[in-house]
Amino acid sequence: MIKADDILDCIGLYCPMPIHNTASKLKEMKTGQVLEVLADDEGIKEDMPAWCRVTGNEFLGIEEKKGQYKVYIKKTK
Amino acid sequence: MPEKATIIVFSGELDKALAAFNIAIGAASMGMEVSMFFTFWGLNVIKKNEGAIKSRGIMRKMLNGMNRGGSRRLPLSKFHMLGLGKWMMGKLMKDVRFPPLEELMGVAKGSGVKFIACTTSMGIMGISKDAFIPQVDSFAGVASYLAEARDAKVNLFI
Repeated sequence: MIKADDILDCIGLYCPMPIHNTASKLKEMKTGQVLEVLADDEGIKEDMPAWCRVTGNEFLGIEEKKGQYKVYIKKTK
Repeated sequence: MPEKATIIVFSGELDKALAAFNIAIGAASMGMEVSMFFTFWGLNVIKKNEGAIKSRGIMRKMLNGMNRGGSRRLPLSKFHMLGLGKWMMGKLMKDVRFPPLEELMGVAKGSGVKFIACTTSMGIMGISKDAFIPQVDSFAGVASYLAEARDAKVNLFI
């Protein structure tokens, strides 16, 4: 269980909105803080690690429960 | 220096425009500087939805009448079925809360994506600057496209 500083709800949103909203949200957060992204588009499993690799933020992990995902990202940039 | 991406939007169809803006928004969210070049039928995507397209000469008047364009008027490239297919696709998109094209264009603009209109196509078709939405950043040609594209890692033609 990872403790998040903030939660972003992307339930019901398809690509590219979850990564777009994540990028906007992280801009408001401080370096070192952890964001939890809630999503139900399965693409997020591959997209969020890829987004983190490119943007240099840290992908902490993903939890899946009944088709819903909780993705944890640490702002490092 | 941020990485760059360029997208040439040659097609004037809704499905292809959706794909182009989808990629543009994704690239912008990954910190890339994105330029979209609208040329030929792609100019239809950035035409205003309101008002008539003024042009001179009978052939250009006919062309611009039949090829009115505007983000709300774009047909589907497949199964358009005189608008029925498009209407159904709109319903399906709304059903899963996928944003309509105009909204995606707004999101792209809000993430700093640059819109560039091709002046050669405008000249051939007789379309003036005032036919386009105010979000268009500049009017340019192939040299300015290539100047961007040669430094960009992602260059797409849609």
